[in-house]
Amino acid sequence: MKTKVIIMVYNKRIDGRGFDELRPIEAKAGVIKNADGSAYFKMGKTIAYAAVYGPREMFPKFQQDPKKGVLRCNYNMMPFSGAGERVRPGPSRRSKEISMVTEKALLPVIDLNDYPNAVVDVFIELPQTDAGSRCCGINAAAIALADAGIPMKDLIAAVAVGRADGQIIVDLNYEEEHLHEFIEVESKEVADIPVAMIPSTNEITLLQMDGIISKEDFMNAINKVKGAIQKISEIQRNALKDKYGESIENGESIYNGESIYNDSDDRTE
Amino acid sequence: MGILVKDKTVVVPGEVLADDLGFVPGHGTYRQNQKILASRLGLVNIEGKVIKTIPLAGRYLPKRNDVVIGRVMDILVSGWRVDINSPYTAVLSSKETPEFIEKNEDLTRYFDLDDHVVAKITNVTSQNLVDLTVRDQGLRKIRGGRIISVNTHKVPRIIGKKGSMVTMIKQATNCRIIVGQNGWIWIDGEPDKENIAVQAIKKIENESHLSGLTERIKEFLEKETGIKVEIEDKGDYNGLQ
Repeated sequence: MKTKVIIMVYNKRIDGRGFDELRPIEAKAGVIKNADGSAYFKMGKTIAYAAVYGPREMFPKFQQDPKKGVLRCNYNMMPFSGAGERVRPGPSRRSKEISMVTEKALLPVIDLNDYPNAVVDVFIELPQTDAGSRCCGINAAAIALADAGIPMKDLIAAVAVGRADGQIIVDLNYEEEHLHEFIEVESKEVADIPVAMIPSTNEITLLQMDGIISKEDFMNAINKVKGAIQKISEIQRNALKDKYGESIENGESIYNGESIYNDSDDRTE
Repeated sequence: MGILVKDKTVVVPGEVLADDLGFVPGHGTYRQNQKILASRLGLVNIEGKVIKTIPLAGRYLPKRNDVVIGRVMDILVSGWRVDINSPYTAVLSSKETPEFIEKNEDLTRYFDLDDHVVAKITNVTSQNLVDLTVRDQGLRKIRGGRIISVNTHKVPRIIGKKGSMVTMIKQATNCRIIVGQNGWIWIDGEPDKENIAVQAIKKIENESHLSGLTERIKEFLEKETGIKVEIEDKGDYNGLQ
């Protein structure tokens, strides 16, 4: 894996992108038949599936909130999804934390006042990860929540920014997060800042950071991320409209592949 | 600036619908400064100055006086817990049955587990505790037939204006049909005819946003059954018959 290329300054990204260019993105809504809402989101080599169930009755009962519905997120990396070692299945310290920050990133736009004592479950599964998996998961979850018909002010979009070898870059991939392992660098310090925003107001709902960065560079990075957020938001909207859009033009089925039958179809007594 | 979207198009949460203080945000929309934005996935509906969205997805929220189809999921001390295809379960009290039920009587004699009932919602509290009754005309236990499930937001189109659509399907297929507001529909008739009714309902569900729906369903039914159907206005429709 370690291909040492001698470049003195990081003036060109390893995968040839521009410094504020995103990885190729693919998004789809309504991919899981049995879920109330679902989505697929792919950023470069990172793939996330999100499934939304509910609003439904909350169990365990003591976690119910009589004032408003609860959002419950679950982030899970599949064992074979990592770039290197097998990921141990089941919740880990890392996945629990990411589940929590995902929930907090999505909650500010979601209105569950009509659903007291109920829960909306979001399951984010990652069959393949490169970098930026929490951002990818949040993007997928936002589409899935809208697809499930949950009232929400906006679709949250998320992307990582950072600084590698003195250069501010948007949407880091795995190589850039561990840049000194791949190319000759002047400083080994890499800052990785996942950001989630409300696109209509540019309010930040998630901000985490790994590494070291100066205040000026940090502010630059945050300003750069806004453009990327708008682009992602547009892709998310198109994914939702694609599910319905085409069918509205030519009268094809709206609920692609979704069965209208009950599981207990023929019931006779 | 005025309206930025066309009437009856799909909008997603956060999409700007209008940029004008002259418009009023209705259901499924909200105002942010001058703008009106969508807060739900749905179809835009512009009625005069009011902009609202008609939801395309989402679960059934119980409403008073709705006729629903439910499944008995548990037997309580003096009633039944009923699944009404919603985030909340409903309670059918033993006092709400047409016949008098003695204390300590075996409630399964009336409704057993997994029985289906047509019931009416009598009350919904702020915490969404739902009460049902079967003490009205046409409300009863369901025997035979089949139950299909459709998107709750399409139910008004399946019923049609004053029940015109469902009456048409009944006429053509000679099936007994009850459409619950919660998206569960009971169909009972000859198996072939039942299938035609299911197909017709599926067609309505998929094409409800296109104009000329009634005509298309009429054509479909006439082709499938060979019976001439009429679109009739039956006057008041109470969701049963």
